[in-house]
Amino acid sequence: MMDRQIVKQATRQSRRQFLAAVGGAGLALTVRPVEATPASMTLAIRRVVGEAVVKPGKVKLELPPLVESGNAVPMSVTIDSPMTAKDFVKAIHVFTEKNPQPNVISVQLGPRAGRASITTRIRLADTQKVVAICQMSDGSFWSDSIEAIITLGACLEDNLI
Amino acid sequence: MARTLINVPAKAKRGEIIAIKTLISHVMETGFRHSNLGVRIPRDIIDTLVCTYNGEEIFRAVLYPAIAANPFITFHTVATESGTIAFQWTGDNGFSAKASAKITVE
Repeated sequence: MMDRQIVKQATRQSRRQFLAAVGGAGLALTVRPVEATPASMTLAIRRVVGEAVVKPGKVKLELPPLVESGNAVPMSVTIDSPMTAKDFVKAIHVFTEKNPQPNVISVQLGPRAGRASITTRIRLADTQKVVAICQMSDGSFWSDSIEAIITLGACLEDNLI
Repeated sequence: MARTLINVPAKAKRGEIIAIKTLISHVMETGFRHSNLGVRIPRDIIDTLVCTYNGEEIFRAVLYPAIAANPFITFHTVATESGTIAFQWTGDNGFSAKASAKITVE
């Protein structure tokens, strides 16, 4: 009688331990998806601009107002600049807030570009803020940002990002 | 060899701003995806596009995994003289592709 009680207790104990162990392992196995945070975007921007102040204006970032699929989103960046030998856009950088990596594209231009404007297609993992920053020949930085609304992220459909 | 498609006007007036469109076939594998077996698919992207006009560099783009597959990039330049506009894409795993277009400036 006594023996049976002990055995019962022991099995109950081990089952409890087992469940606890499995639960713990389950928690440990839950992998957090890679994702850039607003903080990492700020860091990536700082890495490009250094200590300089980024002022809003001059840059025009265009994205469709509502994006159906984040796999290929047309994006254009246009900068209001005369593009002369003395006053031109040196570089354009684009960043996102929630993609696995904040950088999207970095472009170097010169006065020979004539017009500071680029177009490309980007991936967006989620509804998020997209920031375009340009560097002028005098060293000043200007920016524009857009909240892009994605109905189907590049992650959901087939885990593209 | 990756397929490339570039669009440069064949003729332009001196000083005219021309639009250049470039497209190249490439998967642009991000390196963040996992296969069905849970193995991470290694990154395989084009990371640089350089454009030269008669040997002088006029445009350089650094691409990251957030650029969609088959990178399509357009930009502008001033038509200064007749000659060749050349493009070079380079990327992971020693990827390299070249293309060029002739332009006549009047």
